[in-house]
Amino acid sequence: MMGAGLFLSVIFSGDVMASVAANQVFAPWNDPKETPLIEFRGVTKRFGDFTAIDDLSINIYEKEFFALLGPSGCGKTTMMRMLAGFETPTEGEIILAGQDIAPVPPNKRAVNMMFQSYALFPHLSIEDNIAFGLKREGMPKNDIADRVAEMLRLTRLEKFARRKPHQISGGQKQRVALARSLAKAPKLLLLDEPLGALDKKLRQDTQFELMDIQEKTGTTFVIVTHDQEEAMTVASRVAVMDHGKLMQVATPDRLYENPENVYVADFIGDVNLIEGTARKTGEGSYEINWCERTPPLKSTSDTVLSSGQGCTIAIRPEKVSISSEKPEEADNAVQGKIIDIAYLGNLSTYHVKLANGQMVKAQTANTRRISRRSFTWDDDVWLSWTATAGVLLKG
Amino acid sequence: MKRLLIAVPYFWLLALFLVPFLIVFKISLSDVALARPPYFPQWQFEEGWSALTDYLRALDFENFWFLSTDDLYWKAYLSSLRIAVVATFFTLLVGFPIAYGMARAPLEWRPTLMMLVILPFWTSFLIRVYAWIGILSGEGYLNQFLMWLGVIQDPLIILNTNVAVYIGIVYTYLPFMILPIYSALEKLDESLLEAAEDLGCSRFTAFWLVTFPLSKQGIIAGCFLVFIPTIGEFVIPSLLGGSSTLMIGKVLWEEFFNNRDWPVASAVAVVLLLILIIPIILFQRNEQKNREAEG
Repeated sequence: MMGAGLFLSVIFSGDVMASVAANQVFAPWNDPKETPLIEFRGVTKRFGDFTAIDDLSINIYEKEFFALLGPSGCGKTTMMRMLAGFETPTEGEIILAGQDIAPVPPNKRAVNMMFQSYALFPHLSIEDNIAFGLKREGMPKNDIADRVAEMLRLTRLEKFARRKPHQISGGQKQRVALARSLAKAPKLLLLDEPLGALDKKLRQDTQFELMDIQEKTGTTFVIVTHDQEEAMTVASRVAVMDHGKLMQVATPDRLYENPENVYVADFIGDVNLIEGTARKTGEGSYEINWCERTPPLKSTSDTVLSSGQGCTIAIRPEKVSISSEKPEEADNAVQGKIIDIAYLGNLSTYHVKLANGQMVKAQTANTRRISRRSFTWDDDVWLSWTATAGVLLKG
Repeated sequence: MKRLLIAVPYFWLLALFLVPFLIVFKISLSDVALARPPYFPQWQFEEGWSALTDYLRALDFENFWFLSTDDLYWKAYLSSLRIAVVATFFTLLVGFPIAYGMARAPLEWRPTLMMLVILPFWTSFLIRVYAWIGILSGEGYLNQFLMWLGVIQDPLIILNTNVAVYIGIVYTYLPFMILPIYSALEKLDESLLEAAEDLGCSRFTAFWLVTFPLSKQGIIAGCFLVFIPTIGEFVIPSLLGGSSTLMIGKVLWEEFFNNRDWPVASAVAVVLLLILIIPIILFQRNEQKNREAEG
């Protein structure tokens, strides 16, 4: 299902890009005149011997929905806690709206956080939870009531205003936590695994709700998640992290289509990785020797490789065609035997074993009824893809 | 089988609380007599039913009336209440920081700290109170230490004053205060305090607006657990207190053993119980609310 979901979300974000492009593309990261809202400058964070964040620099712009994505322990939560003020960087500095925030305590920052556990105050009603931050600001009573009512409306919680947190469902708690953190109209909202505790269906609905609210309020959101589907769905840009380092920062479609390294290619979605050595055949085109006694694979690449350099071709399964006869015009064609078929309803993924033992996955849309499927287990088939289908990566 | 199981605690309550109470109540309605046991009337089974009416006729509320006329008893009750309130307050003042420190201590230390709180129970209560005499007396360790430091020239008179009684009560009942507060604080999610700070609270306001209200049930439970037994306390005021320390437990003891007036002593005990019923009911209600909030 993951592959299918990703596929859809890529189409979806492509759609958004297209519709926005008619007016103006939201891409402040490409505009050198734009000043970022948040700048991490060579930030390192160590806990004793353990380096959680390793010399990391990143720019996040106003109105962005920025996702920090990575496996647990990659340092994404530490980054968020440094933004909130619960941790201070060991080295480097964090600039928020032109100001170094290291000496600013959490209660003086124009940053609010939505906690993974929601951290709703159990002794206060929903409306008092939302009003909590406003009261600390010393806002006049009438203004507080107005702002709370506005937040309740935004998160569709009007009916639950007087209940206590233990009297509402998980999805409602999540919305209360969001309303409470948005009430003070922060410059920056941090969301720590905001949907982690919800079930799948509710999570998907809530993702769109989050995007909607982000757009309405115009607040900059930074979300921490380990769920790539979630990050790809909601975020304008995603930072993939591993072991305290940034692996790549890009829009969801670029992450998927143009991963910069094997880690990102492998982490985001489903991918075939074929290792070999490159030989330059022209400007930006290469032949890759990957197996003896078989013709080399052709691939174009923006990455400059020298002849004889080790490399990896990353090809998405949906970009690999499957056929019973050897296709005439294909740039690359390899023969193999079907070992496994993963039937996903709308799609089928064929796991094909090549002569040298390499497994390659090919995905096709199920345009016919299953009884009329052309291939089955142990069939000998040809897999083919164009020279531009794959991404050539170093190493 | 199920009924039998339920019957066990009820039987226990009947045999060990209700029956003794009824006996005490009956004695409180009797008159003092030079006999053994020292009160009249006595119920004799062999005299049969006819004697029962005579027996019942002899019972009256004279002793309770006597309690209300002699202001010694009123003063003793009021003084006990005052001492219990003040001592409970000081126990809370000492106990809360200890419970807070325990709940914030690293996880691997907590069992040890808990053990240290409970440890004094392994020694006899009486011996521990006697030990305080050795510390607080004129030539006691405390005075020796303070004089050695040069803080004071003449020994402080602490023993046989109300101060010594307060010290003894706070020391003795501290675990009853610490444990319920600790159990409330330990359940407190750390991220609630971070959320409060994130929303603009200083550390202190976060404590006042989040930690304190969420430990309130523990504080109330701890206060009742100290207050209720302190009112009737006898050993501590009689060992550490002076002649001016007036507590109802002491009065009760003197009526029983010095005056040998069992009926009046029993009346004192019955009134004490009636006074204690109010805080006990309040305590039960607090516990009930606690359970409902968790459920």
